Amino acid sequence: MEAIQGILEFIDQIFVKLSFWFSAQLANFLPDWGVTFIMMFATVLVLIVFGLASIIWINVFERKIIGRIQDRYGPNRFGPWGLLQCVADMIKLLTKEDVTPTKADRLIFNLAAVAPVIPTFMILAVLPFGRGMVAADLSIGYLYIVAVGCLGTIAIFMAGWSSRNKYALLGGMRTVAQMISYEIPMVLSVVGVLLLVGSLSMVSIVEAQGQWRLPFVVLQPLAFVLYFTAAVAEVNRSPFDLPEGESEIVAGYHTEYSGIKFAMFLLAEYINAFSICAIATTVFLGGWQGPILPSWAWFFIKTYFLYFVLIWMRGTLPRLRVDQLMNFSWKTLVPLALANLMLTALVAKLVPQYSHVGAIAFLVMNVVVIVCIALVKYPRWRRDRREVVLVPRTATPQVDSS
Amino acid sequence: MSVEQVVFLVLAVAAVGSAVGVVISRNIFYSALLLVACLFIVAGFYVLLEAPFLAAVQVLIYVGAIAVLIIFAIMLTERMMSKTVRGWNEQWWIALIVTVCLVAVMLYVVVTANWQVSDAATPSDAIVALGQTLLSTYVLPFEVASVILLMALIGAIIIAREEEPVGVVGEQKEEER
Repeated sequence: MEAIQGILEFIDQIFVKLSFWFSAQLANFLPDWGVTFIMMFATVLVLIVFGLASIIWINVFERKIIGRIQDRYGPNRFGPWGLLQCVADMIKLLTKEDVTPTKADRLIFNLAAVAPVIPTFMILAVLPFGRGMVAADLSIGYLYIVAVGCLGTIAIFMAGWSSRNKYALLGGMRTVAQMISYEIPMVLSVVGVLLLVGSLSMVSIVEAQGQWRLPFVVLQPLAFVLYFTAAVAEVNRSPFDLPEGESEIVAGYHTEYSGIKFAMFLLAEYINAFSICAIATTVFLGGWQGPILPSWAWFFIKTYFLYFVLIWMRGTLPRLRVDQLMNFSWKTLVPLALANLMLTALVAKLVPQYSHVGAIAFLVMNVVVIVCIALVKYPRWRRDRREVVLVPRTATPQVDSS
Repeated sequence: MSVEQVVFLVLAVAAVGSAVGVVISRNIFYSALLLVACLFIVAGFYVLLEAPFLAAVQVLIYVGAIAVLIIFAIMLTERMMSKTVRGWNEQWWIALIVTVCLVAVMLYVVVTANWQVSDAATPSDAIVALGQTLLSTYVLPFEVASVILLMALIGAIIIAREEEPVGVVGEQKEEER
């Protein structure tokens, strides 16, 4: 029994041990600061390579499932089960001609192709991929994610403006409007969880869920739904893909981009979608915690499950209109997030932490909020207003005198 | 020179350079982007001073909110599709007077202030301490600030609202039918 536990422990910590072994090897012939520097560099390299490599399977995974939803096969020509499809795509994108429109603002046009990728990789730095597997456990963890995330807005607007294409500009405008509206519910919904944890660090959030013995999705189901909805809008994925709605404005802000620059936007989009799933996993689904399987396996199982939900939403839901989009954020998500935050603060003061009573109190609070919304939004007592037929005042009613 | 000083010098040159760029750029969109760069570099100073919370808030508020608001304003200007979006610099001399006054006040403060130097290490739970201070010692300024923001919000709504004579709304709707 102990032998099995030892093996499980070893598999669980395999990456941490690998990094210790590597730094020990370096310490043989390098001074301390050299080891620190190379280890930091190696960590960044691992994260970037992981981000780039994950595109390979995320892309095939997404196309296969979208294919199933739309009753077709999806990619199945290149490699077993079409697994190498992404390689073919990349070769195509890399060998395509790189066109810059003559009237475009060259400096910003080229800068904008690189800019959206940087914040996406920066977010990976604070995600705990497993027990002890975090590149930088910042004390401001979640705040850092929010701060870095808002850089993407500017990058996308740079792309839209510098293309000098009306569709690109429209896409850029839509992006700015959408991203600043959905940032608010996205942040507010997580604040409830942060109140329960008492810390912004991503690692403490995971550990607090271990102390509760429950993932926060049980304590804060409403916040989870709000976060996930707002985050999907924040990364411009369907059904909130208005900035690049292809049936309306060609391809939105990246209309004029081709070849490798287009690939960069695609890359940023996929990694962003992965990050929001990873953040939702960390904050609401208990992160890397789970029985038997190694911690990193649990993290990826939960994250890819959420990614599957994203694809599912993309395949099922139609795109929103602009006015619906704004109304949904400001009139539904923001008030709900505020209500959730205030009630969470109240309940967190009243009930003891890490107890069953507390968990039940939070569940009851959420059910109450959800029932209240349902009553306000879809009231049973409210009937449709009757159509009032206005009779002109001058006309006298015709008397039937036959 | 220590590593900190080198980093500080690099950041300072970059910050001042981008700030000058904001002022002298002919294209207003370039000015906005350089402003973003400048504010972002200021966040770098906070990281250097081991104040990660301030750095994150700086990026969040100045880059994420204020710079985006400026870009929003540019977006709504006329002729933004033209090759160069010209800035209007006719009032530069007023700005100069204000800037000179501001610099004078800041120089006076820098020179006369009694700077307290502490060797104590930066506390690791600075956020907790900051939050408790904001909601106990400085609760009044904190609340006043939020009331001012609320006033600004309501004011913006009032200004932006379409002018509709009050009380006639219902009748108009009936006529539309």
